Amino acid sequence: MTSHVSAALAPGGDIPAPHIEYGQIMPILLVLGVAVAGVLVEAFVGRTWRYTVQVPLAFLGLAGGFAWTIVLGLRDETHAVAAEGALGVDGPTLFLQGTILILALVSLLLIADRGTGSFAAQAAALPGSEAEQRTTAAGIIQTEVFPLLMFAVGGMLIFPASNDLLTMFVGLEVMSLPLYLLCGLARRRRLLSQEAAVKYFLLGSFSSAFFLYGIALLYGYAGSVKLGDIAAEAGRDAGSETLLLGGIALLALGLLFKLGAVPFHMWKPDVYQGAPTPITALMASCTLVSAFGAMLRVFFVAFENLTWEWRPAMWGVSIITMIAGAVIAITQTDIKRMLAYSSIAHAGFLLTGVIATSREGLSSTLFYLAAYGFTTVGAFAVVTTVRDAGGEAGHLSRWAGLGKRSPLIAGVFAFFLLAFAGIPLTSGFTGKFAVFKAAVEADATPLVVVGVISSAIAAFFYVRVIVVMFFSEPEADGPTVVVSPATAAAVVLGLAATVVLGVLPQPVLDLAGHAATQMFVR
Amino acid sequence: MDLYVPIIVLGVLAFAFAAGSVAMAAVTGPKRWNRAKLEAYECGIEPTPQPVGGGRFPIKYYLTAMLFIVFDIEIIFLYPWAVAFDRLGIFGLVEMVLFILTVLVAYAYIWRRGGLEWD
Repeated sequence: MTSHVSAALAPGGDIPAPHIEYGQIMPILLVLGVAVAGVLVEAFVGRTWRYTVQVPLAFLGLAGGFAWTIVLGLRDETHAVAAEGALGVDGPTLFLQGTILILALVSLLLIADRGTGSFAAQAAALPGSEAEQRTTAAGIIQTEVFPLLMFAVGGMLIFPASNDLLTMFVGLEVMSLPLYLLCGLARRRRLLSQEAAVKYFLLGSFSSAFFLYGIALLYGYAGSVKLGDIAAEAGRDAGSETLLLGGIALLALGLLFKLGAVPFHMWKPDVYQGAPTPITALMASCTLVSAFGAMLRVFFVAFENLTWEWRPAMWGVSIITMIAGAVIAITQTDIKRMLAYSSIAHAGFLLTGVIATSREGLSSTLFYLAAYGFTTVGAFAVVTTVRDAGGEAGHLSRWAGLGKRSPLIAGVFAFFLLAFAGIPLTSGFTGKFAVFKAAVEADATPLVVVGVISSAIAAFFYVRVIVVMFFSEPEADGPTVVVSPATAAAVVLGLAATVVLGVLPQPVLDLAGHAATQMFVR
Repeated sequence: MDLYVPIIVLGVLAFAFAAGSVAMAAVTGPKRWNRAKLEAYECGIEPTPQPVGGGRFPIKYYLTAMLFIVFDIEIIFLYPWAVAFDRLGIFGLVEMVLFILTVLVAYAYIWRRGGLEWD
């Protein structure tokens, strides 16, 4: 490899063109292409038409990417590296990319819903200013949301597919930067939303810096940023252990931040609460899938020979994530904050699958991610429907007696909560069972015991919400339930997936198992 | 270790020059006090006084700076490409056209949405 490069750089010789497998990475290119087209739409299409053009464009981009991923999966010969080893196209990657794209489609239903009007009319207008009132009254929407969404999804597709650490960092940034912006675009409670965006940006930049420092140390250790080369170098057991262990720690820190594992979870409740709820749904599903995909690839490929080194630390992180997420959630009085802590606890459950470092661990984590993603999008979709004069009724006390006011929507939300708690016949149970089974087989039984205990603690606050909804009297001026067609579609899709993956999980379990048979390419 | 000798020598020279310049200025420079010495810039235009309470500055400065950086980065990539143009062949040309087009898309967005109008 080195001689190849130095020959190419010698003066006079032709520089060989890299070989790019366009077909294999087309989902990424398609989504990013649509994002660029979206920017052009913003530039050249009149204000009244922008929304009408942007929404179908984004739908086509995501659906096209999903269809292409399915075709790649059906061809079943895609176990290769693409773009000169920068991206891996293999079973787990395609499963993750497909999951991200379908969940982004469901989130897009929420984002595109004008009935709920979650986004600011003009993000640049000062909160409470005349300009804000004027633009809001004119019914304008900040349609930049759609290209930003597509850029974010493009980054999410690159992040778990990247086969070297630099590509992974680019994916991380392409994913994160639009999300920071999207978090600050809420139509109501704008100061809270902007505060969330600034917090997410500052803490996210910190974690990116740690991630980058980790890359630098690992490059110092292995002389390469490719995951496979790092694994090979670590297998030879030569070189400076300080660089290696420091690199693993810093890289893991950057990844754990993105999935919101304790003690790197501080941003999650604030950001989930402040961000527009459709964006919260996107972050709680797609970003989590993407970050776990990258985590799995790094730990299964680059650090596969080093399980003894990183396992103890990950045990600790997983245990405190499960317990802290479940315990702190009990004290929450805001629905979105409560769901954020629930998401933290779920990140802990998912980490047990990563720690298993086996084929079963991989396939069960893939299944859990898909199942949890659908449930969480559905739950946040329900949150957008319960509204009062000031927008969404976020406080738990406002949800009192919702079961009498709107039995259907309260029933659906109760079902989602039971799925989070892991009650049998919901997808939550199947996912938890698969992950914990893999962890037991990998001799991590204490982790599973902690997982089951914290599931029981978590069940307490899920049931508390159900009790508040069904067994308390509604307030006189309680919130109303407004369900527009697009949001209803998102709720139905989330509900259908939660039921099907709970009652008939075998086809998707088989798919995840099939995706994981050859593990990650290197 | 031999590899590091030039770096160490360069570091020592750089430090010696910086420290020497500061010391030399302190020893030989004349010290005639006047009010302008307390300001941020001793020459050029007067700094605009900040409004009470910190104040805000127009976002246009930020936008201009960002545009500058975008095109600056573009030039940074154009130079090595131009130097190796015939060796990179048609692939390099297509890639560079794609790159410039992407930057142009951002430029078109700013231009159409009035980001270049100063008032």
